[in-house]
Amino acid sequence: MEHDQQVVFRKGDEAMVVSCEEVWREVSNYLDGEVEPGLRVAMQEHIRGCQRCAAVLDGTRNVLQLYGDERMLEVPLGFSHRLHQRLDENMPGSRRSFLGWIVATAAACLVAGTIEVARSSAFRGPESRSEHAQPGVGVPPNMMVVVSEDGKLFHAAGCEFIHEKTKLRTITAAEASRQGYSPCVRCLKKYLVTA
Amino acid sequence: MPERVTSLERPAEQFNEEMLIRRVLAGEHDLFYELIRPYERRVYAAAFAILRNDADAEDVAQEAVLKAFKHIRQFRAESRFSTWLIQITVNEARMRRRKEHANIMEPIADRQDEEGNYTPRDFADWREIPSETLERSEVRQKLAEALAELGQIYREVFVLRDMQHLSIEETAKALGISTASVKTRLLRARLMLRDLLAPGLGGAWSMTSRLSFVKGTKPW
Repeated sequence: MEHDQQVVFRKGDEAMVVSCEEVWREVSNYLDGEVEPGLRVAMQEHIRGCQRCAAVLDGTRNVLQLYGDERMLEVPLGFSHRLHQRLDENMPGSRRSFLGWIVATAAACLVAGTIEVARSSAFRGPESRSEHAQPGVGVPPNMMVVVSEDGKLFHAAGCEFIHEKTKLRTITAAEASRQGYSPCVRCLKKYLVTA
Repeated sequence: MPERVTSLERPAEQFNEEMLIRRVLAGEHDLFYELIRPYERRVYAAAFAILRNDADAEDVAQEAVLKAFKHIRQFRAESRFSTWLIQITVNEARMRRRKEHANIMEPIADRQDEEGNYTPRDFADWREIPSETLERSEVRQKLAEALAELGQIYREVFVLRDMQHLSIEETAKALGISTASVKTRLLRARLMLRDLLAPGLGGAWSMTSRLSFVKGTKPW
């Protein structure tokens, strides 16, 4: 903390004095380490004795800390997948499509295996939030889905039947099932097994 | 001592990136996916900061990445790949914005005199901010809403510099403005956000009377 730093002026140097306005004008550069050493010391001295400027500095530092967090960079569900798809379509002579097909096939086998395991007698599913909906055993377990806090269903991104849009969370289908959510029969219809 | 680290990538990562670029240029196109993976979210964030619309931002992000792939031979190693990619994104987003919003007036905040001094309005003491608060979606939402309040020119500088951690020079290059303008806009952006957030974050998030934002806004 700059408040704890010792202020040292060389003999013969004149101490620089700054006003509140100057502190506010330079607070951003100060946090970026972009002010001259003399001004920096003068600002530290000022801030040490000025509650208002200390509040401005601390608050601005908090702004940087909060917004600089990786968690603040959210993207829509499936963004990366759609981006790669678009690249696939435009990649000249790429083996990507073929590789993608192999990966998709392998993933499908894995999902089928997971479903089989899930259906086995050893598997006991969580208590469903909905008494009527079928469990989401056909949905790829790693698929990112949307749930709302008070809802009973999980949805694909962008489903128009999502309620409580202000309280949404993004989790995997497997996690959603574990938490008792059931798949939306509209947006996830293709994954659902009909008797 | 500077309080902030301006360089995002470590030399080893940069070396790896140069290798990837060389191999993509040599025809291993699949490695382009690897190359852009760390920057996908930042590309989207940069587009959203300018367009403020999910669908447009995603479309522009895709266009920018495609353009980067098609023109990767033009990439010069004197700048970082991430800066070059963001620069393409910013240009694409601005073109889209000009095209689609030609008749829409800029918000008042965008027309403010950026040379004038900004005086903090609020001096609430706001010292303790545990990063765990970000786990709460309502906190992230409030931060997103406050950011949406900023004028375009302040938001884009803030997003590139303080959320994507580009250096001041890189931010200036990506936006096509001077470093002095970056610093001036950054100061305003930071102080305005502090004014908007300090009462709520320092207290009990009683910001509803202060902030009346649009639902669904993003944190950039």
